[in-house]
Amino acid sequence: MNNTLNHDGAKVLAAAENVVKEFKLSGNIRRGQMVVHAVTDVSLNIYEGETLAMVGESGCGKSTMGRLILRLLEPTAGTVRFEGRDLAELGEEELRHLRKKMQIIFQDPYASLNPRMTVAQIIAEPLNTHQIYGSQKETEARVKELMKKVGIRPEFTNRYPHQFSGGQRQRIGIARALALNPKLIVCDEPVSALDVSIQAQILNLLHDLQKEMGLTYLFISHDLSVVRYISDRICVMFLGKICEVGPTEEIFRAPKHPYTRFLLEAVPKPNPHLRKEQKAFLTGEMPSPVKPPAGCRFHTRCPLAVQRCSQEVPVLRNIEGRQVACHLVTA
Amino acid sequence: MMTNLAAGRAADRIMDMAADTAAEAQEMLAITDLKTHFFTQKGVVPAVDGVSIRIPEKQVMGIVGESGCGKSVTAMSILQLVSRPGRIVGGSIMLDGEELVGKSVKEMRNIRGNKVSVIFQEPMTSLNPVYTVGRQVSEAITVHRQVGKQEARQQVVEMFKAVGIPEAERRFNSFPHQLSGGLRQRVMIAMAMVCQPKLMIADEPTTALDVTIEAQILHLMRRLEEKSNTSIMLITHNMGVVAEICDFVYVMYAGKVMEQAPVFELFDHTKHPYTKGLLNSIPKPTEEKQRLYNIKGMVPNLLRLPKGCRFSPRCEYAMPECREREPELYDCGKNHKVRCFLYQKDQGGGADE
Repeated sequence: MNNTLNHDGAKVLAAAENVVKEFKLSGNIRRGQMVVHAVTDVSLNIYEGETLAMVGESGCGKSTMGRLILRLLEPTAGTVRFEGRDLAELGEEELRHLRKKMQIIFQDPYASLNPRMTVAQIIAEPLNTHQIYGSQKETEARVKELMKKVGIRPEFTNRYPHQFSGGQRQRIGIARALALNPKLIVCDEPVSALDVSIQAQILNLLHDLQKEMGLTYLFISHDLSVVRYISDRICVMFLGKICEVGPTEEIFRAPKHPYTRFLLEAVPKPNPHLRKEQKAFLTGEMPSPVKPPAGCRFHTRCPLAVQRCSQEVPVLRNIEGRQVACHLVTA
Repeated sequence: MMTNLAAGRAADRIMDMAADTAAEAQEMLAITDLKTHFFTQKGVVPAVDGVSIRIPEKQVMGIVGESGCGKSVTAMSILQLVSRPGRIVGGSIMLDGEELVGKSVKEMRNIRGNKVSVIFQEPMTSLNPVYTVGRQVSEAITVHRQVGKQEARQQVVEMFKAVGIPEAERRFNSFPHQLSGGLRQRVMIAMAMVCQPKLMIADEPTTALDVTIEAQILHLMRRLEEKSNTSIMLITHNMGVVAEICDFVYVMYAGKVMEQAPVFELFDHTKHPYTKGLLNSIPKPTEEKQRLYNIKGMVPNLLRLPKGCRFSPRCEYAMPECREREPELYDCGKNHKVRCFLYQKDQGGGADE
């Protein structure tokens, strides 16, 4: 993971190196301390200007990864770098300064906006926190500019969040994230709470903003059709580990890891002619992240698993322009 | 010549009507001109405004639409669970030949869970956390059937096996929090199916589940429908889910049915601009990162519905006529009906595109 440039010569903006995150559960005398292994030994580069999608089922650690990259969570082990600097080594003041460059958009536009603040106050908050402008007038002008940019009428500055629809609220959340001219935005399921017609509007907006401002997105989502539309690269996670990373179209065309294959197969396609009588199903449930299976974490659900899979942890290997962690996939 | 043609058409229409009555005989559910309104302080909200839906025996019928289109209120109306300030103000709901509108609370109690059952989106909030799942499912049997505890238990365990709950015997004594989301939804389906209802209403049954689990649950519902005599009414906003398991589809918008057709017909010959918009908003694998199609504007406030067609302010084909009066459901043949003036001329004929 030492290559700092990708094929197009883009620089690494943020990187995770062997990151581990464990959450301690409340102790129990009989069973002892229980630990949730949310993210286990994950290394990942996010290149400048790209959209990297994190996909996987609930509990796979994709949101935890997003929060680790922003250092909203501290890793149990491993290093997170932003623009080459180890976030753990930065002092409080330096970290605050760097935080301007990274922002987050949340899933639920109802819960992520303070109901007692007006739209102007919400969008101005990051500007005031970092004391960007000297005068109130400048801040107001910037707020109006941001509102226009995300498609909300600037006259609405004094309205409260409850006066807006879900899609408009998500636009307010985006305006707030854009206020400080960030480089990286972590989008944590930004459209899953929205209706399809509104979802398309927000995806278009995110796409336009990226072009205009040169943003980098870490796009966390479980909706694979959305991911295919918006992302350049995909990182598929299962139970805290990366299964496969690679260019979006290639992974959709020919998924290599068995889990990726089942995940893509499971998505209901909006075409009744593609209805299959005997779909290949993933049987069983997600194993517990408290006691993850030994060896490959997917082996308990994998129909192709052989003995080796339950004994040896597969490493992420470079295969034909992507990285795959599976004993059975060879170049 | 003209009269001959007209006579021929009339004859066709009579034939159609005859076919309709024949179809009615096997109809499990027939909703006719249902109106459920909410009387709020700000005015009357016509959440369901003249909806007619028919579900034949052994079919999976889908209702799609965005939030606020009235799909869940339709379901609640069937169950007679619309609470104040809402009220059914008109129309009829016939379940297997029995009128449900106007039934007393006591009568409905005998019907719910017995002849018609429901599964909701969030399986955690619809199960009682302080009772074992086995006990909760048994209750459905002991309330409606004259059976003892032991026999009820046996039936529940069998049902658990049928819906694919592993170690059914042991799971009988589990509490809801000990089960995963997928298993909880299987318990809900078991509870809904255990009395072999005529109709099962599934309100967004897979929305809260992961895709791999969603695929399992959809497959299970399809299989149960094939094995039993239960019809399924599936409410969803996901066109993918519709394409996967439905036989017939109703598309709703702002309290009205906009388009109805058999599933293949709907996807192959989409007619209503709203349905087209819904399908086009889904990111397609083929298109290269171009802009996504989106329906401009948003769902209207039901308190201030636009004049004429409800979709006209957002419709790119809107004509002056659309803003004046409301279109009817025009019959385009092949069991395909559309509420749009663009298809007025196709009415009665089998005109194809």
